[in-house]
Amino acid sequence: MFRRTFSRFCAGEEKRVGTRTVFVGNHPISETEAYIAQRFCDNRIVSSKYTLWNFLTKNLFEQFRRIANFYFLIIFLVQVTVDTPTSPVTSGLPLFFVITVTAIKQGYEDWLRHRADNEVNKSTVYIIENAKRVRKESEKIKVGDVVEVQADETFPCDLILLSSCTTDGTCYVTTASLDGESNCKTHYAVRDTITLCTAESIDTLRAAIECEQPQPDLYKFVGRINIYSNSLEAVARSLGPENLLLKGATLKNTKKIYGVAVYTGMETKMALNYQGKSQKRSAVEKSINAFLIVYLFILLTKAAVCTTLKYVWQSTPHNDEPWYNQKTQKERETLKVLKMFTDFLSFMVLFNFIIPVSMYVTVEMQKFLGSFFISWDKDFYDEEIHEGALVNTSDLNEELGQVDYVFTDKTGTLTENTMEFIECCIDGHKYKSVTQEVDGLSQTDGPLTYFDKADKNREELFLRALCLCHTVEIKTNDAVDGVTESAELTYISSSPDEIALVKGAKRYGFTFLGNRNGLMRVENQRKEIEEYELLHTLNFDSVRRRMSVIVKTQRGDILLFCKGADSAIFPRVQNHEIELTKAHVERNAMDGYRTLCVAFKEIAPDDYERINRQLLEAKMALQDREEKMEKVFDDIETNMNLIGATAVEDKLQDQAAETIEALHAAGLKVWVLTGDKMETAKSTCYACRLFQTSTELLELTTKTIEESERKEDRLHELLIEYRKKLLHEFPKSTRSLKKAWTEHQEYGLIIDGSTLSLILNSSQDSGSNNYKSIFLQICMKCTAVLCCRMAPLQKAQIVRMVKNLKGSPITLSIGDGANDVSMILESHVGIGIKGKEGRQAARNSDYSVPKFKHLKKLLLAHGHLYYVRIAHLVQYFFYKNLCFILPQFLYQFFCGFSQQPLYDAAYLTMYNICFTSLPILAYSLLEQHINIDTLTSDPRLYMKITGNAMLQLGPFLYWTFLAAFEGMVFFFGTYFLFQTASLEENGKLALDTRFWTWINHFVIWGSLAFYVFFSFFWGGIIWPFLKQQRMYFVFAQMLSSVSTWLAIILLIFISLFPEILLIVLKNVKRRTARRNLSCRRASDSLSARPSVRPLLLRTFSDESNIL
Amino acid sequence: MTWSATARGAHQPDNTAFTQQRLPAWQPLLSASITLPLFFCAGLAFIGLGLGLYYSSNGIVELEHDYTGDAGSSNCSVCAAEGQGRAPPPPCSCAWYFSLHELFPGPVYLYYELSSFYQNNRRYGVSRDDAQLSGLPSALRQPANECAPYQRSATGLPIAPCGAIANSLFNDTFSLWHQHQPAGPYVEVPLDRAAIAWWTDYHVKFRNPPLVNGSLALAFRGTAPPPNWPRPVYELSADPNNTGFVNQDFVVWMRTAALPTFRKLYARIRQGDYSAGLPRGAYRVNISYNYPVRAFGGHKLLIFSNISWMGGKNPFLGIAYLVVGALCILVGFAMLVVYIRYQDQTDDDDDDE
Repeated sequence: MFRRTFSRFCAGEEKRVGTRTVFVGNHPISETEAYIAQRFCDNRIVSSKYTLWNFLTKNLFEQFRRIANFYFLIIFLVQVTVDTPTSPVTSGLPLFFVITVTAIKQGYEDWLRHRADNEVNKSTVYIIENAKRVRKESEKIKVGDVVEVQADETFPCDLILLSSCTTDGTCYVTTASLDGESNCKTHYAVRDTITLCTAESIDTLRAAIECEQPQPDLYKFVGRINIYSNSLEAVARSLGPENLLLKGATLKNTKKIYGVAVYTGMETKMALNYQGKSQKRSAVEKSINAFLIVYLFILLTKAAVCTTLKYVWQSTPHNDEPWYNQKTQKERETLKVLKMFTDFLSFMVLFNFIIPVSMYVTVEMQKFLGSFFISWDKDFYDEEIHEGALVNTSDLNEELGQVDYVFTDKTGTLTENTMEFIECCIDGHKYKSVTQEVDGLSQTDGPLTYFDKADKNREELFLRALCLCHTVEIKTNDAVDGVTESAELTYISSSPDEIALVKGAKRYGFTFLGNRNGLMRVENQRKEIEEYELLHTLNFDSVRRRMSVIVKTQRGDILLFCKGADSAIFPRVQNHEIELTKAHVERNAMDGYRTLCVAFKEIAPDDYERINRQLLEAKMALQDREEKMEKVFDDIETNMNLIGATAVEDKLQDQAAETIEALHAAGLKVWVLTGDKMETAKSTCYACRLFQTSTELLELTTKTIEESERKEDRLHELLIEYRKKLLHEFPKSTRSLKKAWTEHQEYGLIIDGSTLSLILNSSQDSGSNNYKSIFLQICMKCTAVLCCRMAPLQKAQIVRMVKNLKGSPITLSIGDGANDVSMILESHVGIGIKGKEGRQAARNSDYSVPKFKHLKKLLLAHGHLYYVRIAHLVQYFFYKNLCFILPQFLYQFFCGFSQQPLYDAAYLTMYNICFTSLPILAYSLLEQHINIDTLTSDPRLYMKITGNAMLQLGPFLYWTFLAAFEGMVFFFGTYFLFQTASLEENGKLALDTRFWTWINHFVIWGSLAFYVFFSFFWGGIIWPFLKQQRMYFVFAQMLSSVSTWLAIILLIFISLFPEILLIVLKNVKRRTARRNLSCRRASDSLSARPSVRPLLLRTFSDESNIL
Repeated sequence: MTWSATARGAHQPDNTAFTQQRLPAWQPLLSASITLPLFFCAGLAFIGLGLGLYYSSNGIVELEHDYTGDAGSSNCSVCAAEGQGRAPPPPCSCAWYFSLHELFPGPVYLYYELSSFYQNNRRYGVSRDDAQLSGLPSALRQPANECAPYQRSATGLPIAPCGAIANSLFNDTFSLWHQHQPAGPYVEVPLDRAAIAWWTDYHVKFRNPPLVNGSLALAFRGTAPPPNWPRPVYELSADPNNTGFVNQDFVVWMRTAALPTFRKLYARIRQGDYSAGLPRGAYRVNISYNYPVRAFGGHKLLIFSNISWMGGKNPFLGIAYLVVGALCILVGFAMLVVYIRYQDQTDDDDDDE
């Protein structure tokens, strides 16, 4: 509840009323001030649905929300209260069975979630209490507790950094599991507390933190800390997001920190970015509900017809009450209206089996057991992590075959998130290592191919630039002493690109050895150590998109090295240098590499003085510091000399491109949602062939929009323009869109987070709604969409937006980090990747697989098969029950509408559970109408089943008419065959048995055998608890008659006849069609196998499966 | 469920045909070359079977007579008229005369048939107490509530056997007389009335309550006969093995029929001179006409029939087989034509290309 309220708040306006006051260490500030203990929630994370106590009630409630279950509950209650033809057991027992099985299954799944929660909640943390380090369970953390976190641990709750082991009170944090950015970010402590880096000293701190109430935006935090030093004079410092350590982020490269908990448990930003876990329902289930309503209507009609006819029939007195069958006094006195009503109810009870009670349980069993095939699949097994696929919710198996939109995360999903230096160009000369990943230490004459050499000086300058212009730090492994130091260098940086560059430089002979006393040490190709004094670092920011360092060489020259995106560098260097390099950069960008340009300039000492002064001034500025700094940077980074460019590969996951191509071919639309920068995301999209070179990109980004004064006007213009373009391209043919893709110009859309929020909730006037619809129109016409700079909740917003499109397409999200959790939960199917960024995504997903490439088989093969299986299962269930109940209905015409059941109660009860469930269950587990290999290799087959094709009206009517036909055949067949026969037996039984045996026309002989066995058993014993022994030995008598057997054979044949006929006809047609095509496309012969084989024969194939 | 659990080492999925869904499967392809012969074979088989069934069914002789006694139809109309509107109708007897010109091959079964009698009405069908009928003394005194309004007599005694089914026991009786020579004396034909009920019904399902002092009458003391019965259940027959609840007629009657028109076995004729069947000659069936059916628009029939290997007379089964067989062949031909035409077409197409 809480969470939902919050997320609603954030979706709309982002104002939160009220603040919270947190007393550090829970020490009251002063005795005079009343210490009001505020109540905050504890630090427990709950992703499970039930507890031990509410399981029964809550689960029952959820189960009875299903139409069929509720319906059977009603029927059961009617049977208990009203005099009905069948005993309450007939519907009570199956219902009980169904409910129990479902409850057990759901309980088991929830137990797994509990276990996962406990893993998090019971993990150990250290809390400073009374100057001592106290070991506690994570869930025991209270707001205000001072928490100690060690390196490589994740923060157990949202903390305000108080101090770290470093003297400057900074720490490095990676938020990979929150927003997907794997680089290290620096967080700062407030100046006044940085010295308190022991448990004792931190305990002396008296401070209160005022901050806003929790809100889900990861990048926003406003607070104030009041520190009461000895003077009792409060010192107030402002707190921002750079002081806040988020739960789920990991401490890196810092030994330990102290922080005070401000948000805990479900109020942490991570938890708020979770969506509430709601039960996902598959589209198939919705169809089932629709079918149920149709059948309910049929049922009511039948009952009404029978009731009416009954009273018409009874209007003749000798029909109403013949001498041999008189009514009791009570019956005569009952009010007629009441009698009619109970009669109506009785008929309903009599025909109630038309609604298949065990369908849900069979469907659930099918899903549950079927999902094992996913976890068993060895193609999903990953050698590296030694794990295969995992199924968390088996309810959605068939949804995998219905996906229309795929939303994928980039980092860790499409890419492996490891950068690799590929090549560089110096003054237009290309340098590329032929064999990659050769040990970089044997260099000078190493594995490098110089296509043609640049000037030696320039080359060295370039490499020095790579070695110096970065923020990389060295993590020295303690266990290793200085001798082997160089071999054990571990680089740490906020950007994996920089590490790749430094490593690249190392391959060419320049090794960065780290900072020592403010000097950057570089080992050059001649094994000499050069030292540079680092004067200034002009940090990277996404607006400038470049970074610079100013260093002083040993000789005293002052150099500025700058590296950045081509668009950021080219305007700032001499023009004549650009051309050669530009060609390289563009070619590299086409290949999907991330390119950076490197430039340098020499700064005269006088200039440096001025620059130095300016920089210091700007850094000290209290107001508009950012702008001032930017201006200074801008001034400095001009008139540089371009040295070269680098190309770094953001390594794609294995077969990512193939998978995306296959998904495209299967008619799916793939959207990439990432928290990453636009440029990076774009190059990845090119690399994984989401965007082709021919794709025309439509950009809706901050860059394109902010050029103009009024953002919204510009946005509006762009939207209208793009729409015009697209509408022109695809003239009103949404249906043939999939085909159109192959023929027309392809379009890709790029949008970033801020623009998206502008579109979604810009202004409340009429325009915003309009924007959204235009935006959606554009999106739907694009082959690929890239959304970058997305906050986790925005990802979910996008998914929700697409979900609510017309026709409610089925969405699938795949991601690996905690930042993907909200979208995984939001979409119809959520898939988690068991990635490097922790397991939150995998834990909250419906399915988790080790790699992105597994998506292909998961959707194309498993999804397809599951869908076909379950569609048949559902249709079959309705079909068989209609078959079963129709004779019952017809029989009423022959027994004076007296609600005489045609079947014995035991058969009614067992029909759905025992006799008919297993064959179809086996069928629905094992059926492969098309070979798995064919499915994976031909993605177009996937299109055949999109849009819930097999559960639409057409197939439904087909099955219904088939059922009606067969029901009629069985009833009238038996009726005519036996009406004149003077068999020594009960004709009713003849009906029974005929029907039964026929049901087994699908058979799996086991069920038939069971039926026969059961019938003997049931008829062979006097059952002490039954009032009526009317089945006694009937079955045995039946089977001793030859004509019974003959009739059975005949009826089975007749009932199967039309279906066989239909299929054979279809086959002939298809064969000829195939012949026509075969010359052109040989591959079609595989896919053109009959998709609907006769049921009987299909069973045989399963049979052979089982044997 | 360890295969999905987190234990290390257990993760490598088994590489078996089952888990990888690669079980060998036989996929029947219904190509025309398979189905056409199939259709013809099936059609021929069905026609053959149908012919056999049809002729053997036609070989069965049936002789039936409606003795309801509608005005002027037979001499039973007197009885019918007499019993009109009176309950219980007075005892009356009538006769049905018929003659056979040739041997009626045996074994001959004698059935009675009732029509428009809804034994399958639910209220009627449940009106019995199987526990009582299985001889349970407690149930004898405490008939089931379903038996109402035939649960207890007016004086409050439990009715045994209770219920509407038992109360409406068919109580017409028949005897068959044969006149060997014209104008000769009628000789009674022995009717074998034993074992007309199912063996299991007679020996297991229906049991008399334990005898008291060796007397069945005493065992039933304290119960009342069903209101329509002229005599209590233990006097149904003089034969101690055929009286009480195990009276054959009673057991037959208690197995209710599924349809409103039904036949029940009355006797077999297989004894003495009649084991080969009924020889030619004149016959008379003496009917004691007790059972009122006209009140509910029903009819009573007497049927002599013999049976064959396939059971009783049932021309429908044979006809159905014939029709289906013919249909099969017809469809087979139709498909052959379609098939050949398409093949020609595709061949032409191939040539064109």
